[in-house]
Amino acid sequence: MRSVFEQPRVRRSLWAVLWLVMVGPAWARPYLPARDDLVLERLPVSLGASARELADLHRRWRAAPGDEAAALALVEREIALGRGESDPRYYGQAEGVLQTLWHDRPPSARAWVLRAIVRQARHDFAAAMADLEVALATDPRNAQAWLTRAAIERVLGDYAAATRSCGHLVRLTDTLIFSTCLASVRALDGHAAAAYALLERALATTPSTPPAVQQWALTTLAEIAVSRDLVDDAERDFQTALALPVRSVYLLLAYADFLLDHDRAAAVVSLLANERRVDGALLRLALAARACADPRADDYRADLAARIAAARQRGDTLHQGDAARYTLAFERNAVAALALALANWQQQREPRDARIVLEAARARGQPVAAQPVVDFLRTRGTEDVALARLLPAIGAHD
Amino acid sequence: MRRRLSIAVLLCLAVPAASAHKPSDSYLNVAVAAADLEVRWDIALRDLDFALGLDADVDGAITWGEVRARSPAIIEIALANLRLASNGRPCPLVAPAQLLIDDHSDGAYAVLAMRAQCAAPVTTLTIDYRLFADTDPQHRGLLNLHMDNTVVTAIFGPEHPQQTLAVSAQGRLSVINRYLREGIWHILIGYDHILFLLSLLLPAVTWRAERQWQVSTSLRAVVLDVAKIVTAFTLAHSLTLSAAVLGLVQLPSRLVEASIAVSVMVAAGANLAGRWHARRWRLAFLFGLIHGFGFAAVLQDLQLPAGALMLALGGFNLGVECGQLALVALFLPAAYALRGSRFYQCVVYQAGSSLIVLVALGWFIERAFAIRLMTW
Repeated sequence: MRSVFEQPRVRRSLWAVLWLVMVGPAWARPYLPARDDLVLERLPVSLGASARELADLHRRWRAAPGDEAAALALVEREIALGRGESDPRYYGQAEGVLQTLWHDRPPSARAWVLRAIVRQARHDFAAAMADLEVALATDPRNAQAWLTRAAIERVLGDYAAATRSCGHLVRLTDTLIFSTCLASVRALDGHAAAAYALLERALATTPSTPPAVQQWALTTLAEIAVSRDLVDDAERDFQTALALPVRSVYLLLAYADFLLDHDRAAAVVSLLANERRVDGALLRLALAARACADPRADDYRADLAARIAAARQRGDTLHQGDAARYTLAFERNAVAALALALANWQQQREPRDARIVLEAARARGQPVAAQPVVDFLRTRGTEDVALARLLPAIGAHD
Repeated sequence: MRRRLSIAVLLCLAVPAASAHKPSDSYLNVAVAAADLEVRWDIALRDLDFALGLDADVDGAITWGEVRARSPAIIEIALANLRLASNGRPCPLVAPAQLLIDDHSDGAYAVLAMRAQCAAPVTTLTIDYRLFADTDPQHRGLLNLHMDNTVVTAIFGPEHPQQTLAVSAQGRLSVINRYLREGIWHILIGYDHILFLLSLLLPAVTWRAERQWQVSTSLRAVVLDVAKIVTAFTLAHSLTLSAAVLGLVQLPSRLVEASIAVSVMVAAGANLAGRWHARRWRLAFLFGLIHGFGFAAVLQDLQLPAGALMLALGGFNLGVECGQLALVALFLPAAYALRGSRFYQCVVYQAGSSLIVLVALGWFIERAFAIRLMTW
C-alpha cells in the first residue's frame, strides 16, 4: 500500500492546489462549462438595446478604416457608453479607433475634441487641454470643446477659467446646457444659492430638452442641494433624474453617497445590488452592507479588496480617491488613506476629493496635513455642508 | 442643433465618473521550472467580444456556445500577441487543446492554460505582449512571474510591450533545490523504502547467529557496516533511477511495486531467521535496484523539466540520500545505546521485524493482486 500522497491523481491535485495558492486566493479554479447555452457574461445593461447599433458602427468602420466620419461615429458611441456605464474600457476602445486618424494628416476639430475627452476621462488633463487648444484654434465655435474645457478647469479648481469657458456656450448651445455648466462651477465658488436658483429656472423654462441633458442638469441640481443640506430638495431632484430613461452610473453613485450620509444604507443596498461590476458602486455597497449588517457585507468587501489589489498592480492612479475611502473605512489605516487622499488631491479638487483628505487627516490626528485643502476651500469660498462639518473637527476655524 | 446637444451632453459628466469601473486587464501567470514554462492567461470575455465579436446573436449575453465556436480565433489572437523568449531564443507556446472559463470579480474570463519550452533553463525571460494594442491602448497585461517562492510582477501595455525579467540568479540551483526537496519528501513518506532500510539496519548493532544474540562491541564496526549498506543501496537505486528516467529501462509498475514489498519481507525475514548478516549489503544492492524503479515512477509523476532533466535527477537523488541519512542519524545512536537490552532484542528487533514482515506481506498481496487490505 503506497501512501496516498504517492498516488499520481493525488499528487496532481496537490500540485493543482499549490498552483492555486501560488496564483492567489481570489482565483477560483477555471472550469469547463457543461452546457452551450450557459450564459457566461452579460454585456452592460445600456448596451443591450444598442448592441446591434454598436456592432453596425464597428462594422462600418472596419469596412472603411480611413473614413473619419465612420470612425468618429463609432468613437462617439463608445464615449457615450463609457460615460453611461462609467466604464473605462469603452474609452480605451475609443482611443484605439482614434489613434488610426493621426497617421496621415491632422484630423478635424471634432476628432481633436473627442481625443481630449478620452484623455480627460483617464485624467490626463494636460494632454486633454492641449488637444482642446488645437480644436478651438480651428473651430472656436465648438460647444463640445468649451464644455469639456470647463469641466476640466472645474475639476482642477480653476473656477474663474471654468466660468469663462462656460460663458462661451451662451451663444453656441441651448440655455440649459449653458446654465448647467455655469451652475456646476458657481456652486463651488461661493454662489451655491444663486447657482441652484439659476438651474431651477433653466429647467422650468426649457422642458423639451433631450432627457440626457435634463438628467445632467437634475444631477447637478441635486448635488448643489446636497451641498446646501437641502435634504428634501436633493431627494426630489435625484428621484426626478433617476426617473429619466437614461442610464448614468455617475448619478447612481452620487445618490448612493447622499443616502449613506443620511443613514439610509438599506436603500443603497437595493439601489446598487446589480451594479457590483462598477468599482465605485461596490465600494458604496460594501459600506452600506456593513452599516446595515447585511449578510453579503463580507462578500462585497472581499470583492472590493480584490479590485483594489488589481488596480494597485496595474499602477492605477484613477482610483486613489476610492482607494483612500476603502483604506480608511475598511482597513482603518489612516496613514495610508491620507497618503492616497493627498495624491488624489494633486490630481483633482472636487468637494468629494477634499472630503476624503479631511476625513483621513482627522482619523490620522494630523490636521496640518489637510492644510492645503483647507486653504483651497477658504480661498474659493466653497460652501458644502459635509466639508463645513469636518473643518472644525480637524481644528480649522474661519 | 439637436444633434449637437445630444453629443455635447454625453461628455460633460465624464470627469469624475470614469474611475468608477475596472479597466481592461488580462492576467498572465507564468511559472518557471528550469527550461519549462507553465502559462495561465486569463483574458476578459468582454475584451474578446470587442475584438472578435463573440456575441454572435447580438443579444447582449455571451454564452459558452458562442465562446466555444470562436475558440480557435481566441487562441489565435492570443498566441499571435504573446511571445516568450529566454536568452534570445524563443520559447514556443503550445496552444491549449481547449479554453476554460474563470469568474473574476468583474466578470468572466477565458483561461488559456499552456506550456512553453525554452532551449535551456531560463535565467532571463523576455515577454513581448501586444494583445489588443491596436484596439484598446488602455488595455494592460498584468504579469505574475512565479519561481520557487517568489513572484515578480510587471505591467505590459503599448508603451511597454516588451520587457526582460531576470528569473533568478541561480536558475539551476532552484531546480536542484526543488527536486532535492521532492526527494526528501518522497523518502520520508515512502514507508516501504524506510522499512526496507530499517530492516537492514536493525542487525547492525545486535543480531542473531546460531540461536544466540551477538552484540557489537565496536562503534567503528557498526558505522562501517551501516555505511556499507547505505552506500550499496544508494548506488543501486541511483543506477536504476537514472536508467528509468532517461528511458533506458522500463518495468511494469505493478511488478516493481510488488518486488519492493518482497524486498522488505526478505530483509525483515532474514533478521528473524538470523541469516546473511555479513552479506546484507548485497541484499541492499540487489533490492536497491528495484527500489530505484520505484523512485523513478514518482519522479515521472512530477513531470520533469525536459531542459533540465539531469539537474532534476541529481537533485532528487540527493534528496533521497539526505532523507536516508536523516533516518540513519536518528536510528543509529539510539540503537547503539540500547543494543544490549532485552527491549531492543525482543521488542525492537524481534517484534519489529515480525511486524515488518506482516506489513510487507500485506503490501505484496495488495500490489501483486491489486486488492485492498490496509487502510494506510
